[in-house]
Amino acid sequence: MAGKTLYDKIYDAHIVADRGGADALLYIDRQLVHEVTSPQAFEGLRLAGRRMRRTDATLAMLDHNVPTTPRTEPITDPMSKQQVEALMANAEEFGVQLYDMLDVRQGIVHVVGPEQGFTQPGLTMVCGDSHTSTHGAFGTLAFGIGTSEVEHVMATQTLVVKRAKNMRVTVEGELPPGITAKDMALAIIGRVGTAGGTGCVIEYAGEAVRSLSMEGRMTLCNMAIESGARAGLVAPDETTFEYIKGRPFAPKGGQWDVAVDHWKTLYTDEDAEFDIDITLQAAEIEPQVTWGTSPEDVLPISAVVPDPATISDKAKQAAAEKSLDYMGLRPGMKIADVSVDHVFIGSCTNARIEDLRAAADVLRGRTIAPNIKLAMVVPGSGLVRDQAEAEGLDEIFINAGFEWREPGCSMCLGMNPDKVPAQGRCASTSNRNFVGRQGPGARTHLVSPAMAAAAAIAGRFTDVRELMAKEPA
Amino acid sequence: MEPFTTLTAVATPFYRSNVDTDVIIPAEHLKTISRTGLGRYCFKTVRYDENGNLRNSSPFDRPPYDKGKVLIAGPNFGCGSSREHAVWALMDLGYRCVIAPSFADIFFGNAIKNGLLLITMPEKEIQELLKKATGREFTVDLEAQTVKAPDGKVTEFEIDAFRKERLLGGLDEIGLTLQDEKAITVFEERDKMARPWLYA
Repeated sequence: MAGKTLYDKIYDAHIVADRGGADALLYIDRQLVHEVTSPQAFEGLRLAGRRMRRTDATLAMLDHNVPTTPRTEPITDPMSKQQVEALMANAEEFGVQLYDMLDVRQGIVHVVGPEQGFTQPGLTMVCGDSHTSTHGAFGTLAFGIGTSEVEHVMATQTLVVKRAKNMRVTVEGELPPGITAKDMALAIIGRVGTAGGTGCVIEYAGEAVRSLSMEGRMTLCNMAIESGARAGLVAPDETTFEYIKGRPFAPKGGQWDVAVDHWKTLYTDEDAEFDIDITLQAAEIEPQVTWGTSPEDVLPISAVVPDPATISDKAKQAAAEKSLDYMGLRPGMKIADVSVDHVFIGSCTNARIEDLRAAADVLRGRTIAPNIKLAMVVPGSGLVRDQAEAEGLDEIFINAGFEWREPGCSMCLGMNPDKVPAQGRCASTSNRNFVGRQGPGARTHLVSPAMAAAAAIAGRFTDVRELMAKEPA
Repeated sequence: MEPFTTLTAVATPFYRSNVDTDVIIPAEHLKTISRTGLGRYCFKTVRYDENGNLRNSSPFDRPPYDKGKVLIAGPNFGCGSSREHAVWALMDLGYRCVIAPSFADIFFGNAIKNGLLLITMPEKEIQELLKKATGREFTVDLEAQTVKAPDGKVTEFEIDAFRKERLLGGLDEIGLTLQDEKAITVFEERDKMARPWLYA
């Protein structure tokens, strides 16, 4: 009998009942909740007179709507305020743990879950948010769901889940200096395409993945959804255990050893088979920059903007033309000649301490270019903010000309006051360059934190490795 | 949820690749705490320009497509964010069925739960249907698993039995699952012994 993949091991261990075909009712170990996709779920429970099955397996967070200006200021948008207040009232009514806006633990749901040790290997974990794939970095099966499913998990602690196909992306060799998990994630999406992972769960493997820190693995798995995959996975190892140990939700005392013994069984068997198997060479990955309006529209910094006329597929050609028109770019332009006026360092992809350190390393002793209208750093949580401040990173950012903000989803998605204006061009460490994602008419280029910092200094995209080779002026 | 049996309606041609859920409903309109009233923001950037005027390039809002209840779309429809608001907005705009070469996974799951029928068809058949979507009515029959074009040509489609049954019956999925409550409790009792640290 062929061995099992990590995905199949976790899936099989959670089957409560068979549903025929490829479907099974799976037990869901953990649910994260935020204010945007939960109000209708709580309302559904109320209307049906149902309670939440396991409040101890649920953690709620305010992040999407939260302004990143000082917490002493009120939320001025009445609709945002209503949604925030609704979650606070619902959490109170149903007995759900919630970190409010003044709590130091508050932050982006996908930063806080791991930070609190709520995310652990081998779990099934859901959230009404597509970037739930982030938690796969711990070898946990984590995926985004819609509001009806949020309600279903609240009421039953289960979900009908169709067994996905197994896909493996192996990145062989060592990442070159200056190349980060974000570049790896974007390079993979460029190769796989935005729908290449549809119906699949991607396991990331290979030396370059194993060498990543937990922060790097989270960045990688965060963007699994941008390849169309429901979830990403990295098999847990000592790096994982070390990260979890001592965190508030981590197993304590004798239970720690029992847990680690269990976690060590979570890997893909040697003889397991994958439906799709893709290999990349780490040495070939350059700093990546997106040029279009889909994350698959990505190129190395050394490239030029593509010419739609050279694309043979008519639908793709039309899409590329529309993208370039929206992005205000001309075919054949060097990516390194594209100037930016906004820089955003933050989001569930890149707002962890390691991301802030990488950006601060570039900004130390340097200042942003005069054409930058707004450069901001938004830490992923209050704890990330405090850690960064303890290391003096906030001063580096402020001295360079960046704004140092309070935690939240911020400029990633145009739901709170942080937006890029129409025709504004932003070097962003977030995850989606969709039309209007950062605000109506906003033009987004996805990059790593180091590349975003380099763009802020140069006022245009530039290879951070070249910038770092020179002394600050 | 309202059951889906048959639907006879105008089909709107909207063939584009990778229509993401930010296009279907921009994030700024997710600040609602109800499921209704999102239709006017559906495809906002496709339908309106910066000044709020209807775009000539938009197929929506003008006859005959203002009566559209079937959407004929491009590959990877509904990719991106998990927002169920995308489904609520489409349905509030009047749509009950989307036909496309492929759909993103989360959107697919969300649609079924609200009674929005998604039909996957090969690219070639989509192109044929697009040509016929000129304002006359199509008939979608879920029981028979067919789409009848205005010229009378019938195309069959696949749908798995579990989802078909739920759509036809308009079933409450939570209610269905709770019939298995005993199995859930058994799972929890066993799991509490194996992984006690996950239980408060």
